[in-house]
Amino acid sequence: MKQQQNKIDTYRRKFLGEGVALAATVTIAPGVLLHNIARAKPAEEAVTSEVRWGFLIDANKCASDCNACVTACNEENGLTGFDRPETDAQWIRKVTVRDKQTNFSVNLPMMCQHCAEPPCVDVCPTGASMKREDGIVLVDKHICIGCRYCMMACPYKARSFVHETLTDQLPDMPRGKGTVESCTLCVHRVDRGETPACAEACVDAEKGAILFGDLNDANSDIAKRIAAEASTQVRGDLRLDPGVRYQGI
Amino acid sequence: MATRRSAYLRRYALFASLSIMVSIISVSVFAGAPVPDIPKGKGDKCVEDTQFMRESHMDLLLHQRDDTLRRGIRTKKHSLKECIACHVVKDSNNQAISAANPKHFCRQCHDYASVNIDCFQCHASKPGKKSVSTGLGTIRPDSEFGLAEAHSLKGGDAL
Repeated sequence: MKQQQNKIDTYRRKFLGEGVALAATVTIAPGVLLHNIARAKPAEEAVTSEVRWGFLIDANKCASDCNACVTACNEENGLTGFDRPETDAQWIRKVTVRDKQTNFSVNLPMMCQHCAEPPCVDVCPTGASMKREDGIVLVDKHICIGCRYCMMACPYKARSFVHETLTDQLPDMPRGKGTVESCTLCVHRVDRGETPACAEACVDAEKGAILFGDLNDANSDIAKRIAAEASTQVRGDLRLDPGVRYQGI
Repeated sequence: MATRRSAYLRRYALFASLSIMVSIISVSVFAGAPVPDIPKGKGDKCVEDTQFMRESHMDLLLHQRDDTLRRGIRTKKHSLKECIACHVVKDSNNQAISAANPKHFCRQCHDYASVNIDCFQCHASKPGKKSVSTGLGTIRPDSEFGLAEAHSLKGGDAL
């Protein structure tokens, strides 16, 4: 009996605790989305492999005349060009793919695919190219020697090399000459419980082609959709298990 | 043998007295040299004891950098971004100055000690602008916004 009573107390406590947490998240600020706050981890806590961040990109919703994701990425990360398209940093780009037989063409944004088995990490001689526990692939620019092996190894052409001395970098995104860089999945925003800049810009542009979320959480929108709808990984034959999935290609 | 020994001693004494003189002169020169004019940070006190920070700030930054980049730990207490935000120096137009300016907080001591700073080849040396995105209603609290609360929090706490 006592044991049962204890159990009930535990349930009550849990229920009350959740209620308080809910009230706190609702009133924290007007306009802040509830699910955004709920996902934020405490700053002192390390990321874990329980989470795996990813994108689901619906190419059918991606318009050929829209560049919102690219612009948002450049602005968020302070990517400025030198009018040299061959070498300017490019973390996300719009790609048009066309079926030669039917002439059907479709647009899609292409960026670091945040592979579970990233070849850029395999080839890095210094350990600078790395994958976080939550699946985000990053370059540790402190120890990157700029050898560019990772750029050669990446089948998605996702990485850029900084050729020029940079000034006025943003506090959230340190960048420097002589290092390789690529899409960070807006790691600084994700750690704050926000969505990456490109996904947000895509919603703002009323396209909603880019869905960001936790692939490991069965209750997340992204996990529900990839469980219910067809999606493909680009160059899935390489078995790199990218965290970015596409629809309509 | 004895003469050689005394000659050695004499030479040693000469050397010792010379070096003492030189050191006295250098100390007096040193004392006359301008000491760095260290700008005061915001808030009452630093996150650590001043002497500890003088000796060990680089160790804290090195530790924090690996924790943040590799493990996603983003506590404010020893974060470079917070140091920069708190120790900001403004110019006559009330604009934050970058590390290109010798009056920058970090450069005051580093110039004095002739130690190069590599941090600002990549990292921003002045606080970012406060920005609120319009998108999903998500707020981007930038350094200055976060700063006001940074010192009222206990170490390691996050907003």
